[in-house]
Amino acid sequence: MNLHEYQAKSLLAKKGLPVLRGRLCTTPAEAAEAVRDLQGGINGRICVIKAQIHAGGRGRAGGIKVAKTPEEAEELARLMLGKTLLTAQTGKVGKVVKKVYVEEECKITGEFYLSMLLERSKKCLLLVSSPAGGMEIEEAARKMPDKILSRPLTLELGVESGLSEAIGLSFGFTAPLREQLLKLLSGMFQAFIEYDCSLIEINPLVLTPEEKLIVLDAKCVLDDNGLFRHPELEALRDWDQEDPRDAAAQRLGLSYVGLDGSIGCLVNGAGLAMATMDLIKQHGGEPANFLDVGGAASLESVREGFKILLADRKVKSILVNIFGGIVKCDLIADAVVQAVRELEPRIPLVIRLQGTNVELGRRVLAESGLNIITAENMEQAAKSAVAALK
Amino acid sequence: MSILVNKDTRVITQGITGQAGSFHTRQCLAYGTKIVAGVVPGKEGQSFDGIPIFDTMKGARQATQAIASVIYVPAKQAAAAIIEALEAQIELVVCITEGIPVLDMLKVSARLQQCRARLIGPNCPGVITPGECKIGIMPAYIHKPGSVGVVSRSGTLTYEAVYQLTQLGIGQSTCIGIGGDPIIGTSFVDCLKLFNEDPQTEAVVLIGEIGGSAEEEAANWIKQHMKKPVVAFIAGSTAPPGRRMGHAGAIISAGQGTAEAKYQALQQAGVKVVRSPAEIGQAVKSVM
Repeated sequence: MNLHEYQAKSLLAKKGLPVLRGRLCTTPAEAAEAVRDLQGGINGRICVIKAQIHAGGRGRAGGIKVAKTPEEAEELARLMLGKTLLTAQTGKVGKVVKKVYVEEECKITGEFYLSMLLERSKKCLLLVSSPAGGMEIEEAARKMPDKILSRPLTLELGVESGLSEAIGLSFGFTAPLREQLLKLLSGMFQAFIEYDCSLIEINPLVLTPEEKLIVLDAKCVLDDNGLFRHPELEALRDWDQEDPRDAAAQRLGLSYVGLDGSIGCLVNGAGLAMATMDLIKQHGGEPANFLDVGGAASLESVREGFKILLADRKVKSILVNIFGGIVKCDLIADAVVQAVRELEPRIPLVIRLQGTNVELGRRVLAESGLNIITAENMEQAAKSAVAALK
Repeated sequence: MSILVNKDTRVITQGITGQAGSFHTRQCLAYGTKIVAGVVPGKEGQSFDGIPIFDTMKGARQATQAIASVIYVPAKQAAAAIIEALEAQIELVVCITEGIPVLDMLKVSARLQQCRARLIGPNCPGVITPGECKIGIMPAYIHKPGSVGVVSRSGTLTYEAVYQLTQLGIGQSTCIGIGGDPIIGTSFVDCLKLFNEDPQTEAVVLIGEIGGSAEEEAANWIKQHMKKPVVAFIAGSTAPPGRRMGHAGAIISAGQGTAEAKYQALQQAGVKVVRSPAEIGQAVKSVM
């Protein structure tokens, strides 16, 4: 689960990380009020208006602006709120800005990069740092690969002082700053563990003329599988930032990813679902989605899956690919027949059933009298779904 | 011969009375798997289809001398169940459970490094040596005893590949689903090593998917050590970057973990790669 900048900062602040004062605003009037508040009577004191979307690259896309007066902030917020922001990371659909974060400004004498994430092959956590903050880490890695430090962390030891010292020295920090850094890294590690994170990225971490470290921007991704330990964090989920099709599926416990093609797919199993998409593409079609109805596909999940596919106007044919193992084909066939009778799709439907009770399943489809194209294997199914578009 | 499990493997089911645990235990028993005990805290002294139930893994292990276990307990308790099995000196732990938090799996990995046990999964269909022993949730009837090893990160896609083989009359030595999570107990390389040493196995099918670098690591190992032909398919050529495709581990991040990069690495290692999931069986036939 992705968090917004303001949410990430609030979690990090709870672990003692230094962040600036800020206010979350959903209307231009609130933004003006926030600036008035943050200025604390000092006219002309600069505030920063930051669009809250689940994507980086906001600055270059016009999602981060400075305001000197409440009126200016109101105007900037008016321009941002409700608009779709296109950044290098949003894809061509963009993300709609529904909230802005108004933050006090700080002077900057240095920018640095810190992140904690999972290292899959070594089965540990990784602490990545670079003295080149403010740019994307991929860009930093290209420009100055020798400046990126990447060190493993164990759950028992966390961030040891020796590691923190090494990072502090690579940043050119004085002893008091290195002490601040150790505290900050310890808090970051605590947050990672306590909130079941899969990523915390601080970019940039900035140094002020007063020799203080500040978390200027932060990104945080939570492990969905760990959310049962933190039911309160579920409230941080922002459905507005998700593709509406994805959001609908997620609420039903289906695994769905919306794509741009015209062939709707309903498959059991994630690997088979991806392979089905690949096969459609190889035969000249484009998948409209990834949809895994799960190992325990049921009448309910198949029907709901169908609803999501049919609600997508781009979908011009549907391909159902089921390899029954535990799931029985006759049960799937019943579910499909029921869903088709109920929803009456006006587009071609191709079904490939294989596995447990396949003969029973095929009989159910044949006896239904419905206009369903059946396929013996997945290749034939993909070909038929593509051909049905014409 | 085969790898990991055979007709003599004695198995304990952890979570034997749950919905998944009871259903699949019966399926495995029907296949001939020697399931000799179940573990459910608080139910010691009871039995399941004549199989004794114990409170703890230690008790079940001592009473039955089983060396393998299979875990169907819910995600919240699954990591603790794995660790309990390791502490009871179980040598092969197969964890079917999906949805275990990554941090829990990091703790499990640290424990695994301190002992000789092997963990398969989590979030996997399990392991089967056709005709001898089935530990997990795969449909039994699609398998056929033979000489092709199958190792995969996926569940139903593995069934697809196995089914294609069986349809062509090609049997399997052992089929292993290593699991779709970012942190898993047994890697492609671990399985390839075992298949390479197994006299029964003549060729191997490797089914990967986007995300991580397990396939690249496998390619590297194959290049240096593999003596038998390998056929590979990678799912997710059409997957968009940055999105999790069902499996927690199936995500392309920052350009890393793409299907294309994996295909290239495998091809350079001399692996016969197939771009169509419908051609896995035929490709195996062509290398044998």
